Amino acid sequence: MLPLEGALGPLLPEHPEELVIGIVLFLIIWFVAWKVVVPRFEEMYAERTEEIQGGIEKAEAAQAEADAARDEYRAQLATARDEAARVREDAKAQGAAIIADMRQQAIEESSRLLSNAKAQIDAERATAVTQLRAEVGGLAITLAGRIIGESLDDDARAARTVDRFIADLETQPAGRA
Amino acid sequence: MGGTNGLLLLPLEGESWPPGEHSFDSRPLFPGVLPDWVNNHAAQALIGALLVILFWWWMSRNLKTVPTRKQFVGETLYSLVRNSIARDILGHDFRRYLPFLLALFSFILVNNLFGEFALFMFPTFSKIGYAWGLALCAWLLYNLAGIRKKGFFGYLKHATLPAGVPKFLWILIIPLEFLSNIIVRPLTLGLRLFANLFAGHLVIMVFVVGGTMLLTATAPLEGFAVPLLKTAGVVSLLFSFAIFALELLVGAIQAYIFTVLTAQYVASAISDDH
Repeated sequence: MLPLEGALGPLLPEHPEELVIGIVLFLIIWFVAWKVVVPRFEEMYAERTEEIQGGIEKAEAAQAEADAARDEYRAQLATARDEAARVREDAKAQGAAIIADMRQQAIEESSRLLSNAKAQIDAERATAVTQLRAEVGGLAITLAGRIIGESLDDDARAARTVDRFIADLETQPAGRA
Repeated sequence: MGGTNGLLLLPLEGESWPPGEHSFDSRPLFPGVLPDWVNNHAAQALIGALLVILFWWWMSRNLKTVPTRKQFVGETLYSLVRNSIARDILGHDFRRYLPFLLALFSFILVNNLFGEFALFMFPTFSKIGYAWGLALCAWLLYNLAGIRKKGFFGYLKHATLPAGVPKFLWILIIPLEFLSNIIVRPLTLGLRLFANLFAGHLVIMVFVVGGTMLLTATAPLEGFAVPLLKTAGVVSLLFSFAIFALELLVGAIQAYIFTVLTAQYVASAISDDH
């Protein structure tokens, strides 16, 4: 019943064919694993790696884009600030210029008005002087005639005459005489 | 015994007591028609191989980068061999040897688990011929890998002469290293696998067959009363479940060890230095 021999006992195969069967079956599994199973799994792993790497790259690209946008925004902001400052400076300078201009104009205008007024006053004064001269002459002559027509020996009378004359002058409306 | 239905009978039924070497005899499937090596154990080895192939074929179909539940199972098993065994031991060269290691691990694992599952209840590799077959494959693999990398004599020198050995020790070291690396390695590989499963199956048979005999005892035996014998039978059968669990573990561990050692031998055969 037992083909096992002597000292080796169960260490010898019952049938030598067991060895061959084991090897052949194993080689078939190996072949399938080699040609089908491992390539399929490895392909999937490679794809997975690629996908993860692609995801990382995508994220990195997005990050870079965001950084670029932020830098650009900051640059724009800085430019805008500079421009605002410049505009403000300009406005200040312009305002100052306008004020100075206006002041200058006002000064010129006021001096023009002043000189006009002066000229007018001078002219009126001149007219008044001329008129006064003529009137004063006439008055002086009238006064003199009155004085002479009265008695000249009474000093008191002479003085009264002068007073009266002056009072007449005062009662008369100005400019008529 | 024997006959075409031998494979489908509860295999532990009708065992003679005590279990022994004879319990591992194969039953020819077609005695007198086909040669005796066409037996139940060859059939279960074939079924094991088919299961392995079908399993991996199914698992590797429609693989997605985002795994489904099924793929997660397949990937976990695949990456156990790929990452924990092949890549960790072989480094960047692992891809070339991965199919061999994957086939080795899954073929041994399935056949070992046959020892604990109905229909077979027999670990294929407790037939030493199958264990020698795989050991021979592993031996060819690591030696050929070394020869391919370093040439025949380069590999022999690499395998038998560690760097830095003084010349007067060569006469001692070279035969020892040759024995250890070329002769003993495949023997221990095959023996370890065989002996673990052989012994485990024997223990299971002692508890299951012996327990059954005790449970079905009808007459006092060696002075023990029948109720005592039946109680012992129940205990024995209950304890056999623990042994079954242990054997599941042993079967998985042996598949792992065989694969790891094969990878280790390949790694040492193609390593650049000792």
